[in-house]
Amino acid sequence: MTRMLERSAALSAAVARPAQEIPLSLTHAAAHPPRRRSRWPARLDLLQSASGLFLALFLVAHMFFVSSILISQEAFYTVARFFEGAYFLATPQPWIVSCVVGGVLAVFVLHAWLALRKFPASFRQYKAFAEHRTRLRHDDTGLWWLQLWTGFALFFLAGIHLYGMLVHPEMIGPYESADRVWTGSMWPLYLLLLFAAEIHGSIGLYRLALKWDWLPGRNPDAARRRLRLLKTAFSLFFIGLGLVSLLAYGRLGIAHAERAGERYVPGGDGRLATTLAGGAGVMPAHVPGRQGD
Amino acid sequence: MSTDTPRQLTLRILRSSPGEGIAPHWQDFHVEEAEGMTLFIALNEIRDTLDPSLQFDFVCRAGICGSCGMLIDGRPGLACRSLTRDFGPLITLAPLPVFALIGDLSVDTGSWMRGTAERLETWIHSRAEADLMAVEAPMAPELAEAIYELDRCIECGCCVAGCGTLRMREDFVGAVGLNKIARFRLDPRDERSDEDYYELIGDDNGVFGCMSLLGCHDVCPKGLPLQTQIAFLRRRMVAVGLK
Ligand code: HEM
Ligand code: SF4
Ligand code: SF4
Ligand code: FES
Repeated sequence: MTRMLERSAALSAAVARPAQEIPLSLTHAAAHPPRRRSRWPARLDLLQSASGLFLALFLVAHMFFVSSILISQEAFYTVARFFEGAYFLATPQPWIVSCVVGGVLAVFVLHAWLALRKFPASFRQYKAFAEHRTRLRHDDTGLWWLQLWTGFALFFLAGIHLYGMLVHPEMIGPYESADRVWTGSMWPLYLLLLFAAEIHGSIGLYRLALKWDWLPGRNPDAARRRLRLLKTAFSLFFIGLGLVSLLAYGRLGIAHAERAGERYVPGGDGRLATTLAGGAGVMPAHVPGRQGD
Repeated sequence: MSTDTPRQLTLRILRSSPGEGIAPHWQDFHVEEAEGMTLFIALNEIRDTLDPSLQFDFVCRAGICGSCGMLIDGRPGLACRSLTRDFGPLITLAPLPVFALIGDLSVDTGSWMRGTAERLETWIHSRAEADLMAVEAPMAPELAEAIYELDRCIECGCCVAGCGTLRMREDFVGAVGLNKIARFRLDPRDERSDEDYYELIGDDNGVFGCMSLLGCHDVCPKGLPLQTQIAFLRRRMVAVGLK
């Protein structure tokens, strides 16, 4: 038992003198030794939420950039070059992308490090929680469990992805990315990453709202139900968008497999570029360009 | 539900007696359901007619004393406020976890609650000399109402048993204690500042340990606003931490 009386500072102060002398209301001086508690737990708690929020917002923006392939290859090419500063600098500078990735990686590592504090620290703790969760059959407790496992998966999945982008920032473009997805066999990882990140991110945002009480409306319980719907909608929307985008890269990658490694040049290769424009809309089998190669 | 053929209920009870060295084991008891039957009534029937050695705690039978908390089909709740008709024909009953087990369904919540009260110093801290003859200072009705709302806690321990964080980390303070801090923080007679409260709950065994699982909020039989109170304290304590 951890809550034994002798652990309490108040009691030891009280025990130090005869019982009759215990004042009715202990004063500050008696109750609090001058020792000041560290402010770090407060800062770390805030950082945990802030880093999670940053990553979740990044995830949303990232998904919209990536899904520009659904508009056209040209559109995705434009987005990729934009982040290399191609539209304000003389030439595209991929190291800018590396810097952005480095920043995200730093926040990611910070967030994961902070989250580690919440992981079960021993098998005993793990088992206690697992049993508790099974017995309680409680939605939010189950969501945390999901967040724990998806977070754990993200360590590896997002880590690999971020490292790739960090060291090869110039290899982002319609053909480059599609080749990575298909010829580079990254699609299984991206598929898992998509589910893990969207599920983790949406639960994280939901929990943020509860944790800091940013609930819409006056009735917290009704707001929580609404928030949960919103969370599910968020997951489903971004998983859907992600799946369609990944499919588009996959198809483009299959179509481009024989010329894997070739860089995309806007308007350069007339046949493949135009026949495959629109990405998801075109079945690889119907691409006339392939037979001619 | 048909009224002419009462249901036959099976109460599957986790029995044990640490004092006599009897290890935990399940035992089934059969009772006939009656109109408006609560678990309190069913348990008394078992003790009166089937097994006088069955241990469980009751005082008020009305959700006021907080003695009868137990795991009902795995969820913490008050036996006296639980109608059998809200459950299936097989109801499992187990003692609340976390607390020291006395025997069968009876646990010692009192020592734990007292330990929490001492750890968090849940009493009015005032430097003013108490004048027992003076008229009490008036309090705005809304404020008195708000304090009373949080003071409705009956220390039943359901929130403690419902908290996954506390199950993992026994030193975690738990919602019942945080709610009490919120209550004294409201009270104008308590002269403690947020810095003082930070000394009590400003760490990972305190408010920052809470992972917002809301098991506490969802099982509290008194419907206390634990989610908003914990979130509020978290904001106040972060504000202290950033100063
Ligand atoms: C190594 C990868 C990651 C791990 C291990 C991880 C783990 C965790 C864990 C265990 C929590 C719960 C913390 C708590 O209960 O207080 C959490 C919260 C959160 N995570 Fe992650 N996470 C990772 C990556 C991400 C990513 C990529 C995002 C962006 C979508 C994200 C967004 C969030 C958010 C918004 C929260 C809520 C913050 C809070 O509760 O204060 N996390 N994370
Ligand atoms: S807060 Fe609710 S669940 Fe917890 S001890 Fe008080 S009344 Fe019981
Ligand atoms: S909200 Fe906090 S106190 Fe309540 S059950 Fe969850 S972790 Fe425990
Ligand atoms: S007997 Fe008092 S709360 Fe159930």
